[in-house]
Amino acid sequence: MADGIAVSVPASRPALTRPHRRIRDTWSKSLFLLPAILFVIAFFAYPVIKNLVMGFQSYTTASFYTGESPFIGLANYARVISQPLFLKALANTLLFTAGSLLGQFVIGMGLALFFHRHFPLSNLLRSLLLLPWLLPLMVSSTSWKLILDKDSGVINQILESTGLAGVSWLTSPSVALTAVVIVNIWIGIPFNVAILYGGLQDIPEDLYEAASLDGATGIRAFAHVTWPLLRPVVTVLLVLGVVYTLKVVDIIIGLTSGGPANATQTIATWSYQTSFISFNFGEGAALSNILIIISLVFALLYLRVSRRGVDE
Amino acid sequence: MKKPSPTTALTCALALSAALALTACSGPGPATNATPDGPATISILDWFSGDIDHEATQKVFDRCADAAGVKLDRQSIDGANLVQRVLQQASTKTLPDILMIDHTDVPQIAAMGALRPLTDADISSEGYADGVVSSGMYQNKLYGLIPNTATLSLFVNNALLKEAGVTAPKTWDELKSTAAALTHDGQYGLGFSAVADFQATWQFLPFFWTNGADETDITSPEAVEALQLLTDLLKAGSVSNSVLNWTSGDVREQFVAGKAAMIVDGPWDIPVVKSEAPDLDWSIVLIPTKNASDTSVAPLGGEAWTLPATSADPAHQAKAGEVLKCFLGDDSQISMGVARATIPGKTTLKDEYLKQMPDMATFAQQVANARSRTAKLGVDWPKTATALYQAEQLALTGQMDPADALKSEAANLG
Repeated sequence: MADGIAVSVPASRPALTRPHRRIRDTWSKSLFLLPAILFVIAFFAYPVIKNLVMGFQSYTTASFYTGESPFIGLANYARVISQPLFLKALANTLLFTAGSLLGQFVIGMGLALFFHRHFPLSNLLRSLLLLPWLLPLMVSSTSWKLILDKDSGVINQILESTGLAGVSWLTSPSVALTAVVIVNIWIGIPFNVAILYGGLQDIPEDLYEAASLDGATGIRAFAHVTWPLLRPVVTVLLVLGVVYTLKVVDIIIGLTSGGPANATQTIATWSYQTSFISFNFGEGAALSNILIIISLVFALLYLRVSRRGVDE
Repeated sequence: MKKPSPTTALTCALALSAALALTACSGPGPATNATPDGPATISILDWFSGDIDHEATQKVFDRCADAAGVKLDRQSIDGANLVQRVLQQASTKTLPDILMIDHTDVPQIAAMGALRPLTDADISSEGYADGVVSSGMYQNKLYGLIPNTATLSLFVNNALLKEAGVTAPKTWDELKSTAAALTHDGQYGLGFSAVADFQATWQFLPFFWTNGADETDITSPEAVEALQLLTDLLKAGSVSNSVLNWTSGDVREQFVAGKAAMIVDGPWDIPVVKSEAPDLDWSIVLIPTKNASDTSVAPLGGEAWTLPATSADPAHQAKAGEVLKCFLGDDSQISMGVARATIPGKTTLKDEYLKQMPDMATFAQQVANARSRTAKLGVDWPKTATALYQAEQLALTGQMDPADALKSEAANLG
């Protein structure tokens, strides 16, 4: 394609006046953007706008067929927010997101640092670490549901064989959210390791050599060399993590269906159930719009951070 | 490479966009008559994607298509995706000619105005169990019929009962004492599903209805008593608190493994239990009632078949009606009932069916009294069904006592 840059207008063609040609050029260039624009409109803008609008409508199963979905103002929002479940689901959403991110990041960081010091078989082990990422989420959650079963799950079998009492991982309202967070941490570790490991690779070795000459090794090297240089990667990782974790539905539905007694119900799972189980699409849309707004705050943060990264 | 001329570029860009727009907008259209003169093609959508169910129903459909002189275009998709697919097809007016839906969804789909009354195709509800007829009605018109029904009964492990020196319970008191006697060393007396979805509601209803409670008032003393029974069983330790996360499939596995001596389950699991545990000595009894004289009332289950109002062509509609009428015929109900271990929707076929399937006697008896979940509440049933399983979870986790749990969930119904 190197010669494609050379601009040559066929000589036989009657020459157009310069401004005229430039306009046509701009036109044809922007037309090439059209597929991308149509794609974004069809698959991103349309669903989001449709969802926003649906939040203000009384949208039931009948609306799909008749196309009639009267506007009811803020009634959907009023109804979901006034339910006692709203605050609980919101708190669960925040705890689930914060807990998952903290666990994924701390363990991911530890593993990334561990694999950064190359040792025999480290590449093989690092690829094996990606396994949880490769499994379909339904498979992961079904397997974990069996592992965490109170009566016949492996974890309780081990606990009981060592004389400890088994835990009602998924059936006790006080433990279930923790159990779900643990599973989500397990799922998120590979992504964190992959990104952080890449970040570590980018830090020049000679910086560590220079630091060690100044007497900074071990923890001090981490605090003064690794962490400052890794910070842009960390920020992007955490912001993406928030957006990915806020919307988790499948893992929670697979593990507990939002139970016991709504102990693991988040805004995302509640929205799913309201729309597709109770067929109340207006209220379901209202809930997911609330989630979109929370995500949007973090998405804007992400854009700012990544732009600053480029500027630097 | 030469730079493309502006005109070529323009055409190219337009063509690309057009192609994209086309792929984005065109879905599978409604199956209509394949050729003007050839046989009509009747489209069918259902969730019978499993081998046994699909084969048994396909045989009947093939026979009916031959008789009506039509071709079939059948799609069997996963159950979890069916409602979404139906809604999507409804909004694009591409519903199939014959549609299967869970019978609890009949009011929802009928309320859309997307269905034709079955009586238009000369299909009558005569001879069907009362529960079947009421579940297929919406605003006094018949929109769906269930050729093969299911319901819930109690599966009991005879060997474990004999070992403990007890017999199958008939009343709630007996259920408590029997379950307690059967509980020891990692084995529980009773198992049922109380997971946070409609499976829990479905399995709670036998106790709820048998005690005279009604879905129009979930806070009645009868409703509280029914929930109290399950809570007491769990508190006494006769039921594992794992039931809060067990689906009905998980419950069956506990029974097969001998870890639950009695379970609430339906006929579709008979072939599964038989194949997984051929040596297990077990039987099926009615769900216990509070007093020995009460009638055991369980919820009706099964797939309803409907006729969407898609095709505007009366001849095509008539052909679809003809195929469905044959599919719902007596012979079809019996052959599918035998293959799928489900009871014919027509109670008039009971004797003939039991001759071939003597195992099903208890279920056939329970189906005759089985009640439709949507008969009273129609499109509002999903809300109440959610309230019921939420209340059950609140009570079984000990967060609220049964009366408060039902009251707080009823308050949310608004």
